[in-house]
Amino acid sequence: MLSGVFSLLMAGLFVTLDAVDVAFTEAAVGGGITTVLLLATISRTGETEKRNPAFPLIPLMIVISTGALLIYGTSDMPLFGDAIAPIHQHVSPLYLSEAQNKTGVPNVVTAILASYRGYDTLGEVTVIFSAGVGVLLLLGSKRRRDENAV
Amino acid sequence: MELLGHYNYWITIVLAMVGFYIVISSHNLVKKIIGLNIFQASVFLLYISMGKIIGGSAPIISEGTQVYSNPLPHVLILTAIVVGVSTTAFGLALILKIRNVYGTIEEDELQELDR
Amino acid sequence: MPSDVVIRTLAKLLIPFVMLFALYVQFHGDFGPGGGFQAGVIFAAGFIIYSLVFGFKNAKRLLSSALLRWLLSGGLLLYSGVGIACLFAGGNYLDYSTLASDPVVGQHIGIMLVELGVGITVFAAMAAIFYAFESSDP
Repeated sequence: MLSGVFSLLMAGLFVTLDAVDVAFTEAAVGGGITTVLLLATISRTGETEKRNPAFPLIPLMIVISTGALLIYGTSDMPLFGDAIAPIHQHVSPLYLSEAQNKTGVPNVVTAILASYRGYDTLGEVTVIFSAGVGVLLLLGSKRRRDENAV
Repeated sequence: MELLGHYNYWITIVLAMVGFYIVISSHNLVKKIIGLNIFQASVFLLYISMGKIIGGSAPIISEGTQVYSNPLPHVLILTAIVVGVSTTAFGLALILKIRNVYGTIEEDELQELDR
Repeated sequence: MPSDVVIRTLAKLLIPFVMLFALYVQFHGDFGPGGGFQAGVIFAAGFIIYSLVFGFKNAKRLLSSALLRWLLSGGLLLYSGVGIACLFAGGNYLDYSTLASDPVVGQHIGIMLVELGVGITVFAAMAAIFYAFESSDP
């Protein structure tokens, strides 16, 4: 339940950061699929967790020191919303200026996703395919395994 | 002002550290997966906030708009979210399998059983 | 899986719109926000609602897991098939400009087909994962 709320808040945040496509995906994936899968797993593994008596001091210290180091490191990063940051100088202006004329698709995100970075997306789809096959192999072959066992 | 301009990174780091803390401090495997999910969300946020330009609009070409936010991180994160959910599903499937074989999903009990 | 009258009626009203919206997102992704990834996930979500409300058996009758496996690989094959079609048309792999005489039209066709492949694979993967979780006994 909270996982769904978390994803929805993330989606709202992405909209304010101009990433409408990403917000869309996050809302559908996080609010829909992830929550259902998490609930399914929890219902099969039991709701209660064994309490850990010791206070987790060492993890807390590791986390705080890592976080402090990372925050120290951000002082060299470009400012938020800065239009001349290095990330905006490389290929993105090219994509923005020519995507519409070259592909006939006004949504630049779709144009990059499917056309400029087609290999990348092919790889991602392959990962999703393999994850699906992996889950099927792990959980879906109940009947066959029983036949072998007999 | 110079210092406050980095607040998007700080939010990202706080979120990442929350996820990291859950991963290293809890013994329950499902909780670890949830922690990884939160960590992953922080990485998404890092990329998207880097792509934002103040005063820009969503990268869908339309008349009357001059400044667009950077579309490249959006593409990367769009695919990463869907890949993330499928890998999460794979992790949860592994947990179900572990539960079927060992009867527990607490990490310390698993180590006891393996000894 | 018995469920409430309210939930059943609501789901009956909701599911067609969810699925129609998924198709809209799929084919309108070139002009507004959306695309194959989102459409696949939304379609799968609509299907999961159906399965949760009306029972897993009914869902399986609607869409067998064998068909899902075909869809899972079919989407990926469609994607890579477009790439190979580009090779045969005389371009590079996944270079859609060669698909039609006008490069812009070719790009558009290529993007549509590739997004369709993505959508099919994502939908089938999500539904197959859900099936696997649902059929593993508690």
